[in-house]
Amino acid sequence: MKVLIPTPLRQYAEKKSTIEVSADTVGEALEQLTQAHPDLKKHLFNDAGQLRAFVNIYLNDEDVRYLEKDNTPVVSTDTLSIVPSIAGGIKE
Amino acid sequence: MGTTVEVSTSNALDNDEILRYSRHLIMPEVGMEGQLKLKAAKVLCIGAGGLGSPLALYLAAAGVGTIGIVDFDVVDFTNLQRQIIHTTADVGRKKLDSAEDKLRAINPNVNVVRFDTRLSSANALDILAGFDIVIDGTDNFPTRYLVNDACVLTGKPNVYGSIFRFEGQVSVFATDAGPCYRCLYPEPPPPGLVPSCAEGGVLGILPGLVGVMQATEAIKLILGAGEPLVGRLLLVDSLAMKFRELKLRKNPDCPVCGTHRTINELIDYNEFCGIRGEEKTVDNQVSTISVEELKRRKDAGEDIFVLDVREPHEYQICNIQGYLIPLNDLPKRVHELDSSREIVAHCRSGVRSAKAVEFLRQSGFSKVRNLGGGILAWADKIDPSMPKY
Repeated sequence: MKVLIPTPLRQYAEKKSTIEVSADTVGEALEQLTQAHPDLKKHLFNDAGQLRAFVNIYLNDEDVRYLEKDNTPVVSTDTLSIVPSIAGGIKE
Repeated sequence: MGTTVEVSTSNALDNDEILRYSRHLIMPEVGMEGQLKLKAAKVLCIGAGGLGSPLALYLAAAGVGTIGIVDFDVVDFTNLQRQIIHTTADVGRKKLDSAEDKLRAINPNVNVVRFDTRLSSANALDILAGFDIVIDGTDNFPTRYLVNDACVLTGKPNVYGSIFRFEGQVSVFATDAGPCYRCLYPEPPPPGLVPSCAEGGVLGILPGLVGVMQATEAIKLILGAGEPLVGRLLLVDSLAMKFRELKLRKNPDCPVCGTHRTINELIDYNEFCGIRGEEKTVDNQVSTISVEELKRRKDAGEDIFVLDVREPHEYQICNIQGYLIPLNDLPKRVHELDSSREIVAHCRSGVRSAKAVEFLRQSGFSKVRNLGGGILAWADKIDPSMPKY
């Protein structure tokens, strides 16, 4: 299945916008993703291993929080999107 | 609803207005009823910057009767690439003055209400009180959460837009039935974890695209026409030119709009977003070197290693022959540095290099300092021929 990497996080994923993984659940897909790109891990999960409060994971157009979270089953034609909060603006 | 509005004589359009709005009046989705709704509407724009510029221009042109603008900033040259309400001649003027001139020039019928201040927990409810709809064109997380909470608490729709580089997000929050920004993102990222726009930049057309979508949603809300972007998050990728729509749900556990609310008044949003200004300043003072001191000591032939933590494309714009390791690469390239030498780290303005200094100190580098004001200060005080960006 395809995982879509948003612009702010591409620098931690070798600048890629899409990463292909093969998994049965959302949790497995994220595990594969962060194993292949360890720098992504701290941006997606806190020290306790929970998804950060400013990052959402969507399976197709649905927030996995309202599905079965990590246990949500996936098929190869699904698309997983990482949707972090962005602040806009230009100030450092 | 199909009901007709009561039109008072003072509210009615004069012949000039009828001519001006004729392309609205002849379409059934607006018509006279809709145009009078626009005239009676009061819309508050938070910020007259990248998003605020295009959206305020279109709201004025469309005949929105009252447009409030909250902004305390001054126009500078770096704004002109995207903040199209301001012109080259406006550089140095208050954005509020510049924006008001343009809105009045486009449509003298518009009542522009000015708020020459930063939106804060102390003034937000008073400012919002005079308006029906709020459009969020802010550039930082504390104000974004403040706008959201103030809209939820006062029951006003929050037309949201946000941008990064060439990607944007648009939605309508805080309507009666719909979710709010906190339902989507309960907490902001801690400062420093997400790259700032100064590192990332922004494609100049993107705020135009996103801002005009916000204006579209505001006008739809006023007219009661179409399907508002409630419970939907529109993702815009201007490079791929792809638009994706995600479902948003009202979070029953949301602290501000859920069933068991814990936030019933505005809070300290800087604290909520983990921003502690004073501590940072003190910390910086301890380990900062001025551009003058660096220049003097380099001229005296002292051994100082200059570390540039900007991105390669920034190095191409201007540099002081520093050794380039972008901040994000520093952890894996730290072995390239010699901890026995004196190191001065710099970036554009001093924010990223302060993080680099903090990281290097934690990694055992004791002789490392931050160049105060970054390469911008160098351009100002040492080498006026150097371009600033």
